[in-house]
Amino acid sequence: MATISFTVNGNPVTVEAEGRTLLVEALRQQLGLTGTHVGCDTSQCGCCVVHVDGASVKACTVLAVQVEGCSVTTIEGLAQGDELHPVQAAFREHHGLQCGFCTPGMIMSAVDLLQHNASPSETEIREWLEGNICRCTGYHNIVKAIDAAAKSMAGQKIAAE
Amino acid sequence: MSRVHQSLAHDSAVQHVTGRARYTDDLPEPKGLLHAAVGLSQCAAGRIMALDLGPVRNSPGVVAVVTAADIPGVNDIGPVFHDEPVLATDRVDYWGQALFAVAATTVEAARRAARLAQVTYAPEPPLLTVDQALAAASFVLPPHTMQKGDVEAALATAPHRLACELRMGGQDHFYLEGQIALVLPQDDGGFLVYSSTQHPSEIQHKVAEVLGLPSAAVTVEVRRMGGGFGGKETQGNLIAVLAALLARQTGRPVKLRLDRDTDMELTGKRHDFKSRFEVGFDDEGRILALDAELAARCGLSADLSAAICDRAMFHTDNAYYLPAARIHAHRCKTHTVSNTAFRGFGGPQGMLGAEFYIDEIARQLGKDPLDVRLSNLYGPGRDTTPYHMQVEDNVLPELMLELEATCRYRQRRQAITAFNAQSPIIKRGLALTPVKFGISFTVTHLNQAGALLHIYQDGSLHLNHGGTEMGQGLFVKVQQIVADVFDVPPAWVHLSPTNTGKVPNTSPTAASSGTDLNGMAAQNAALTLKDRLAAFVAERHQASPEEVRFEQGEVVVRGNRLAFAEVARRAYLARIQLSATGFYKTPKIHYDRDQARGRPFYYFACGAACSEVAVNTATGEHRTTRVDILHDAGRSLNPAIDQGQIEGGFVQGMGWLTSEELWWNEAGRLMTHAPSTYKIPTARDVPHTFHVSLWERGENHEDTIHRSKAVGEPPLMLAISVFLALRDALASLRPHSRPKLDAPATPERILWAAKALREGR
Repeated sequence: MATISFTVNGNPVTVEAEGRTLLVEALRQQLGLTGTHVGCDTSQCGCCVVHVDGASVKACTVLAVQVEGCSVTTIEGLAQGDELHPVQAAFREHHGLQCGFCTPGMIMSAVDLLQHNASPSETEIREWLEGNICRCTGYHNIVKAIDAAAKSMAGQKIAAE
Repeated sequence: MSRVHQSLAHDSAVQHVTGRARYTDDLPEPKGLLHAAVGLSQCAAGRIMALDLGPVRNSPGVVAVVTAADIPGVNDIGPVFHDEPVLATDRVDYWGQALFAVAATTVEAARRAARLAQVTYAPEPPLLTVDQALAAASFVLPPHTMQKGDVEAALATAPHRLACELRMGGQDHFYLEGQIALVLPQDDGGFLVYSSTQHPSEIQHKVAEVLGLPSAAVTVEVRRMGGGFGGKETQGNLIAVLAALLARQTGRPVKLRLDRDTDMELTGKRHDFKSRFEVGFDDEGRILALDAELAARCGLSADLSAAICDRAMFHTDNAYYLPAARIHAHRCKTHTVSNTAFRGFGGPQGMLGAEFYIDEIARQLGKDPLDVRLSNLYGPGRDTTPYHMQVEDNVLPELMLELEATCRYRQRRQAITAFNAQSPIIKRGLALTPVKFGISFTVTHLNQAGALLHIYQDGSLHLNHGGTEMGQGLFVKVQQIVADVFDVPPAWVHLSPTNTGKVPNTSPTAASSGTDLNGMAAQNAALTLKDRLAAFVAERHQASPEEVRFEQGEVVVRGNRLAFAEVARRAYLARIQLSATGFYKTPKIHYDRDQARGRPFYYFACGAACSEVAVNTATGEHRTTRVDILHDAGRSLNPAIDQGQIEGGFVQGMGWLTSEELWWNEAGRLMTHAPSTYKIPTARDVPHTFHVSLWERGENHEDTIHRSKAVGEPPLMLAISVFLALRDALASLRPHSRPKLDAPATPERILWAAKALREGR
């Protein structure tokens, strides 16, 4: 057993875990953060995407011990209180979800995309989402939501400047 | 104001985007919870000579192991016919069949232990394919025939005649949330089951039967599923039953969540079919007679195959009038997992066959397939189906012409012909195909639903109905329907998890019928309460109930405006019952299966799609470059939700027909049991240009809920246009050719077809 200390959504946490414990297991089972989902168990579907030190990773691929000292953000940490993150708001507004199971991973991937590329083209959005499977929507409204979020975030930035 | 026909967001959208939405695996885990895993057969067919579970029992963390011998009730999970064991007894009939289940203190301990059984089999040569089953006369159920007119005579006198054959693969549901159940023993000997299921009542019945309990001792609850697509209509039975057996054995709560690979090996899929057609037609390509023989791979048991194969037969006409027809279907028994419901429920396989034989006719005559399609549509005097139902609300002739014009089919056809003439490798293809999908369960008694509605003293409402939410937007639609009755904001109507203790004897949420049935039942409950409130208010104000109006959260009578909450409170004080049930059964439908005659469908849901593809005939790679869809959702209850169903259904259909290939090895083991080898469409695989429109003139001629039409399954079949566009592109390689292309049209199959055409075969 290892003792692992890191921050999750800004809060310092310490968990006891075996060396082989996956980050997703630590988040879901030990920390009760069940918004990060397990869809395929093998890091292909993207339901488990979280951010480690700001970069998107599949929490089914990362060991818990690897995040020692890191800052982890999950879907639960994206909104500011009741105020949704612009990407969350856009997924709701543009119907970018149906069953909702892929949604947390999709949103965490999309947020990372917009950190890299504030105004992605449709092609760039679609390429970025290659590692996230959605079985319900056909992706149309997901792409639309990310595009709308990019525009709304650009607008906020201009307003702030 | 109207609360329906509005594009409200999904009722759980905020929970979804914040990660707060709870699926079964996200429920707070009860104290003492055990985790379960399933031991799978490693042999497709044969007797079990020895099953040594000692190593399983001795594995660290293991608390209990159950086999068939530990079943107190009936060892059966068959939904209709009793031919599918929970756990194997003396033999196995598919690779991956459940032999035993184990409960341990952690997920990992259970899964490790499940692999440790020592099993000795006396293997037999497995029957894996439709052809093998047909040759061995191995069937789960007898064949069935629909017949209209004298087919032999009409075929014999037809000016033209052709025979053709098409094979189409199955499909894994790949609901993102895999199969799961959590079972809690209760203090009275009963069980509370949380199950990711489209059919809570069947889970209830199966758990009770296997445990030897009355149904009333088992309560099943589901708030939402992470996708279902038919894969959770019967396939949740095994999961819930195994968890319940272990919970009974240990007296502790047990959770069973299949990992993805196990889920794909252990649970059923869409049926693959082999379909043969003999068709007679005139110079215009109008069909005079069809003789169709379908064969479906059902797997080891009947499951829902009777109704699925019937639905394939019901859709072997798709939108086309067949003056004489014989449709015959075999239900093949094989040593593979029992195939099951999947969005369309046999309809897609029937309909793909229809579009294929129409395409064959067009290519034999050298005509544009669209012209042959249009000339064969149902119309006045040509309106009786092969099962003797009259097609009344026939919207397709108008809808297809509208789409033909708006997508500029004729101009694009010319441009594609010109392009292909000067492009030796890249070939383009175009196809515009209709969908006419029968709405109602063809098993008539399932067309019923119940609802339960309470009004509390503060005016808030609590709604429950028998339908389940799997992402399709059923809950928000029914919420809108109830809100509309009282003209209150939909947010006042609290949605509650589907629970067998609240509404009993429910039908599965399937057959696209969820809103039609449960929406009506909920509306009936709401109207009962509205009548009670109106009578009460009228009496207090010396008015007649007809004078009482419900407007924007208020109740208006004789110039007085009362808050809805105030009316609820006063009604309570006056001892008015503020709780009501509602019930609905679909009218008009009847079907005599022995005669294959009747009106199995209340109405048809229709649409059309035009797809354009580009094919690299040197590599087999292809892209869908543009899709235009015009779909009739009637007077849509929620246009945004319906549009989402169309987009998602279409892409799922594209997956079925172009990339999702299930492959078993010679020993009968499914080798494509993860998304690494089973290709689900991703965001880049979908149409580059994708125009989806709801048909503005759409209105259900039947008295459905607010004149809407069901929209869950039909759009999947719009993707048949992609398959036929691929065939169209291939056909350009050789004039008057009839390309040999089976589904799914993977790059390999396209390459083989291109090669055959180039070699003149």
